[in-house]
Amino acid sequence: MAFAAFGSSAPAAKGQTKSGRVVLALLLPGLLYLALFFFIPLVSLVMTSLQEPDGSGAIGKYQPALNFGNYVDVVGKYLPQIGRSFGFALVATIIALLISYPLAYYIGVKLRGRPILQRMTLTLVIAPFFISFLLRTIAWKQMLADRSPIIEWAHQVGLLAPDQSFIGSEAAVVFGLIYNFIPFMTLPLYTSLERLDLRYLEAGSDLYASPGRVFRKVTLPLSMPGIISGTLLTFIPIAGDYVNASRDFLGSSRTSMIGTMVDTDFLQTRNYPAASAMSVVLMGLILILVTAYVRRSGTEDLL
Amino acid sequence: MAGELSVAGADLELIDVRKDFPGFTALDDMDLQIPAGQFFALLGPSGCGKTTTLRIVAGLETPTAGRVLIGGKDITDTKPHDRPVNTVFQSYALFPHMTILENVAFGLRQRKIEDPVTKAQAALDLVELGHIGARRPQQLSGGQQQRVALARALVNRPALLLLDEPLGALDLKLRRQMQIELKAIQMEVGLTFLHVTHDQEEAMDMADTVAVMNKGRIEQMGAPEALYDRPKTAFVARFLGQSDLFIGKVVESNANSVSIEVGGSKITVDKKRAEKHEGTIAIGVRPEKATFHEDKPTLGADHVLIGPGEIIDIRFTGVSNQYLIEIPNIGDVTVFAQNVGKSPVVELGAKVWVSWKVQHSFGLRDLPDGTEDQG
Repeated sequence: MAFAAFGSSAPAAKGQTKSGRVVLALLLPGLLYLALFFFIPLVSLVMTSLQEPDGSGAIGKYQPALNFGNYVDVVGKYLPQIGRSFGFALVATIIALLISYPLAYYIGVKLRGRPILQRMTLTLVIAPFFISFLLRTIAWKQMLADRSPIIEWAHQVGLLAPDQSFIGSEAAVVFGLIYNFIPFMTLPLYTSLERLDLRYLEAGSDLYASPGRVFRKVTLPLSMPGIISGTLLTFIPIAGDYVNASRDFLGSSRTSMIGTMVDTDFLQTRNYPAASAMSVVLMGLILILVTAYVRRSGTEDLL
Repeated sequence: MAGELSVAGADLELIDVRKDFPGFTALDDMDLQIPAGQFFALLGPSGCGKTTTLRIVAGLETPTAGRVLIGGKDITDTKPHDRPVNTVFQSYALFPHMTILENVAFGLRQRKIEDPVTKAQAALDLVELGHIGARRPQQLSGGQQQRVALARALVNRPALLLLDEPLGALDLKLRRQMQIELKAIQMEVGLTFLHVTHDQEEAMDMADTVAVMNKGRIEQMGAPEALYDRPKTAFVARFLGQSDLFIGKVVESNANSVSIEVGGSKITVDKKRAEKHEGTIAIGVRPEKATFHEDKPTLGADHVLIGPGEIIDIRFTGVSNQYLIEIPNIGDVTVFAQNVGKSPVVELGAKVWVSWKVQHSFGLRDLPDGTEDQG
């Protein structure tokens, strides 16, 4: 957008050149910020991902190079983690959407006439944010630990086989991801549904559509912007999450995701090129998936 | 019902329909019958219950008590999507995520009618918007949206078409044009139209029958000419056009006429045009039926004459002048005089007499709000 603003102002009349300068002045802080904290680190990240060991054999010592083999190595080595990252993200996003939509609909549509109740329920959705993400996840670790009442009960009713742990399983990680990211799904959905004009729904039922069809043909398409932003706001951070899947929290070595491996490579084995290459791969995959998703949903004009 | 289009309108019947909202009653045991093929207008001020009536017929509101029948069939408990009724909403409510053509085809698709797109295109052609089917509602003007909303309802050939102040958002010129088109379409397709409006001119201009509503009840119902010529309540007299109303005790009552005395003058009404014949009653006349005179005229018993009074306001409205005349002991009287070059040229402060033919007087059933019954 910034470039478009400059482009249009260049050949224009004097008055517009002036407004072009104002636009530039207003954009400058943002552009500088992006250059400093996004563009330069990005270049540095890509450069690091291509480094090779400096030959001294010391841990964490690398020299600049164009070693594209790093990418082949990490993709080969971490294929299960890549698969898990996107698999977990997909499942967690879908379940979060299924949970959030009725909740957001209830708060945004059904509670419209009762503003106090509406604000209270909305606060409840955001309330978990008041406590640190790490603390909450550790709390879940306690609650889902082997001898906890919840798990004892699950053993009793047969939800879990005898001697089967919940913590450390893929289901526990997905559970934690859903729990931690659900407000990012609920809030955009709420914003979208809160503005939903109910007269469209009345028009739909007036035009012979049953409640189910009104939902599919009217409510759902009209809330599409909320669904798109909600799913993106959950899917992207979940794909890169490294907390829930870590063995210190809800996961185990069997549940590690891309983020977990970046964490290990960078902080423990100090294999900076591998960690960087993995980050670039993650970024690239997310970019491709998100672009395809937004194109596919055909809601560019609604966004 | 589903899967086929009605060929003609059906009649609508409301029996003792009541609607209570927390704190107030929107509809008070309303009875209404609309014969098939009629253009029926529900006229009233905002909050009188006319939109509630419409929503109950559409099924968007559930009545507290009473039955709704369409074509003799009780549909009180039928869901909106199963009713042979379509609505043109005040806000149009065109689906913003669909093209105009898809909006119009929506109802046909829901009922799995064959060839929805061709039929929708034909409906758009009927409202002369066949060329904009590919556009989105947001790209249309208010008048165009209104016509699309009409096409979207009409294409389903409902037994009953409900119109909820659909012309309210349009400017005067466009509104007149749409009124004419709407009436022409109704005559062409022969459906039953139930039109809700607060615009009395619109109601009188378009409808075969007008029902004037007030406080959840129908005050009076009839052909527009009859309603205008002989309002029966003070509310109708004032809401449907303007009226000069005079309140007084009946001093004379014979076989043909009833007279009251107001501020020393005698005001007479034909007995068959009076709802009440004794006690304190209100008699009215339409301002355009009254004339004023600069000199006291000599008139027979077939005229009412009051005055003299003083002209305290003159308003020029184009086709006519509206004079406000203050008559001592009687009050303010409005007289309309057409600007055809015949009416006397008077100025503010002029002393005049007001007269009209007795046959133009009408006697009301009640007294205007705020007047005490002295009888």
